[in-house]
Amino acid sequence: MKSKSKLFLAVAAACLAAWAFVTIIPLYWMIVGSVQDSASSASFRPEMIPGALSIAPYERFFAKTAAWRWLANSLLISTVLTITNVFFASLAGYAFSKLKFPGSKAVFWLLLSTMMIPAQVTLIPLYVLVVNVFNLGDSYTAIILPTAVTAGNIFLMKQYMSSLPTSLIHAARIDACSEFGIFWKVILPLAKPGLAVLAIFTFVASWNEFFWPFLITNSAEMRTIQVGLASFVFAESTDFGAIMAGATVGALPMLILFFSLQRYFLQGITIGAVKG
Amino acid sequence: MQTTIAPKRRSTAGRFWREYGWAYLFILAPVLLFLIFTLYPVISALVMSFQQYNIMQSTWVGLDNYERLFKDDTFWKSIWNTVVFTVCTVPVNIVITFVLAHFIYQMKTKWQTFFKATMYLPAVASGVTISIVWLAIFDPTDVGLLNRFLGLFGLDPVIWLGQSKTALFSLILMNWLGSHGAGIILYLASMGGIPKSLYEAADIDHASGWTQFKAITWPLLKPTTLYLLVTGVITSFQVFISVYMMTQGGPNFATTTIAYLIYQTAFKFYEFGLASAQSFVLAFLIILVSVIQFKYFSSDVEY
Repeated sequence: MKSKSKLFLAVAAACLAAWAFVTIIPLYWMIVGSVQDSASSASFRPEMIPGALSIAPYERFFAKTAAWRWLANSLLISTVLTITNVFFASLAGYAFSKLKFPGSKAVFWLLLSTMMIPAQVTLIPLYVLVVNVFNLGDSYTAIILPTAVTAGNIFLMKQYMSSLPTSLIHAARIDACSEFGIFWKVILPLAKPGLAVLAIFTFVASWNEFFWPFLITNSAEMRTIQVGLASFVFAESTDFGAIMAGATVGALPMLILFFSLQRYFLQGITIGAVKG
Repeated sequence: MQTTIAPKRRSTAGRFWREYGWAYLFILAPVLLFLIFTLYPVISALVMSFQQYNIMQSTWVGLDNYERLFKDDTFWKSIWNTVVFTVCTVPVNIVITFVLAHFIYQMKTKWQTFFKATMYLPAVASGVTISIVWLAIFDPTDVGLLNRFLGLFGLDPVIWLGQSKTALFSLILMNWLGSHGAGIILYLASMGGIPKSLYEAADIDHASGWTQFKAITWPLLKPTTLYLLVTGVITSFQVFISVYMMTQGGPNFATTTIAYLIYQTAFKFYEFGLASAQSFVLAFLIILVSVIQFKYFSSDVEY
């Protein structure tokens, strides 16, 4: 695994460049396709390097859909889910990693075992429960509540919290800090890098979530951008430009987030997944 | 806590509450959500799978649903499709991921960051977005990028998603060319953790590159490989969005995966009982395959 000959390095660099190109092409094609006006001619052929740029596809996408509302819905839902997940997952992660209480192990493993159950199993009863029993169909609450805090995030926070020094907790306890005070004033500030990573990944995952919001929403106004986008594609399957514009609108906020917080994304993946 | 300061006489229950109350309070929200939105639905789904479900009055039908689905050709077809998809994607993806990570590891830090970022990028776009773009790439008309690419080599256009011969392969191809960024980053992190001295010792013994790979790199990266394998299989057993967006399971059930079939059975035909039975078969398969992977792969790895 140590560095090899110059030839090997050159071949490796060429392969990487080629693969990076292939990886990026779909996103490039999406953006380039969204600024070429497909309605202008009958035999439309989008080009890799566009000639005249046009925002007409975006105008059509926003005119034909409730996209602003969908974006607002997605922003609201993702923000709430990020706050609830970060707060409750770090609180529970702290309890499981630093507090001793009867049943702690059993409860933790029970929560964790739910990650093995595929979503398809719980989906139908969940749907019946939320729509028919709680009468929450087509509401923000319905979209948010089931994933307000996920087992995966609790696991991540438990892993992260167990690396924090316990001595500070003891010191705070001697200072007669309340248990919640310790969490709020001692643990949270220490855990900030971990919380930031959790927040970013939760936000992206919530923004990109499709299936549950798709299942639980009926009206066009309640759709998230992903659900709305899917409905638009099925309704307007021929308007290439507008479809690419829609896809760009759905992805752009996450692309911008990625470019501005790249470091957190790239380093955050290793938290909790691999030890050491 | 305050056990050293002897409290005035309190009941044991009171003392228990003072000692552990906070901890239980801290885990209360997730536990409640778990009970309502996971445990209850799992039990309820199990019950449903033995019923002819109706919102007003469900009737108990015993093993009928399971019997029905085992006699259903579409169900077997969906399992076959899911298995083919998984077997063709997960191992290939791991090899691609590993080779890319291995190459990136040789680069200077600046380029490492560049390649990590570039190859991770598509992962921040949603499944819906990616499916929409690939729908256009596979398009059989002039819009289709892939056919235009083939045309450069004088090859005839292919109806990628529209015929059962190539539809499933198209979804597999799209998966290969997707983002491997997360796996690459995990591999790089573990590669950085392998002590350099091991390779130096191997060099002194004139061990070939291949021997070094077999004796050092592969075994030490096994935990990461296992992690990618298990999570990869679980994810691809549940593949749904690309099927829903791009092929609707067709043509002629060529891309109907289990997850898509469950969705159809439940929310197009409203056969909740049958769909629940299907979902338990899926859960059983996922757990079975995960356990087998751990058994065969993890002898010296703890996770």
